[in-house]
Amino acid sequence: MIQLFAFYLFATLVIASAAMVIFARNPVHSVMWLILAFFNAAGLMLLAGAEFIAMLLVIVYVGAVAVLFLFVVMMLDIDFAELRAGFVRYLPLGALVAIILAAELVFAVGAWSAGGVDLAARAAPVVSDKSNIQQIGELLYTRYIFLFEAAGIVLLVAMIGAIVLTHRQRGGVRTQNISHQNQRRPQDATRLVDPGVGQGMEL
Amino acid sequence: MISVGHYLAVSAVLFTLGVLGIFINRKNIIVILMSIELILLAVNINLVAFSAVLGDLVGQVFAMFVLTVAAGEAAIGLAILVIYFRGRGTIAVDDANRMKG
Repeated sequence: MIQLFAFYLFATLVIASAAMVIFARNPVHSVMWLILAFFNAAGLMLLAGAEFIAMLLVIVYVGAVAVLFLFVVMMLDIDFAELRAGFVRYLPLGALVAIILAAELVFAVGAWSAGGVDLAARAAPVVSDKSNIQQIGELLYTRYIFLFEAAGIVLLVAMIGAIVLTHRQRGGVRTQNISHQNQRRPQDATRLVDPGVGQGMEL
Repeated sequence: MISVGHYLAVSAVLFTLGVLGIFINRKNIIVILMSIELILLAVNINLVAFSAVLGDLVGQVFAMFVLTVAAGEAAIGLAILVIYFRGRGTIAVDDANRMKG
C-alpha cells in the first residue's frame, strides 16, 4: 500500500516537474524543476529495486549535470524574453507531434502487454542473496569490462572536448613565468649607485 | 500492486514531454538540452523497470551507460553553447545556419 502511494507521489511529481521544465519562463527555474524531476525519478528507480542506479542518478545528474546547467545559465547574459518569442507559434506543431508520439507509445505498450514477443533467456539473472550494487559490480567488472572502459573513454573524450572548446588564450594578461623568475640573478635585478650630494635619485 | 505498465506510462509521458519541450522552446538551446536530458531519463526509467520485472541486471548496466553518454553530451553541448555565445552574444539557434566553417 505504501509502495503504491510512494509510486504515485513520485510519478506525479516527476511528470509535473518535467512539465514545469519545459513551460517555465526562466531557465534558472527550469534547472530547479529539472533537479526535482531527477530526484523523483531516483525515487521511482528505488521503488523498482535499482538502488545503485537511483543513487547514481542523484550524484551524476543532480550533482554534476544540473549544476553545470545552472552555471551556464547564470554565466551567460541572455535575454530570455526574446528567446520565448516563438513559443505560441510552435505550440500547435509540437503538441501534434507529442500527441502522435504518445499514441504510438501507448500502442506499443499495448502490443507488448498483449504478448507474442518471445523474450530471450535472461542474460544476467538477479541473485536474491546479494545486494544490487554487488551484483552490478560483479557484472560490470567481468562480463562488461570492455563496455565499462569504453564508457570511461567516452567521458575522457567529452572532458577533453569541453576543455579544448572553451579554452581561450587571452592576450595582454600578466602571467607568472616561474622558470623566468628562477633564472633571475642578483646582478640583473639590482644595481649599486653612488649619487653625489644634492643630485637626489633618478627615477 | 505496481506493475511494469505503471512505469511504462510514466516513462512514456516523460518522453513525450521531452519531445514537446524541444518543439516549443525552439530558440532556447539550454531548454532544448534539458529536454534531451528528460528524454534520456525516460529511457533510463524504462530500462530499469524492465530490468526489475524481468529479473535481469543487464538493463541496469545499460542504464549506467546511457547515464554516461547523457553526462558527456550535456558537457559538450554546454561547451559549444558557451563558445557560440562568446562569438555572437546570443544563443538563439535560428541563425546558427549562418555560421561558416
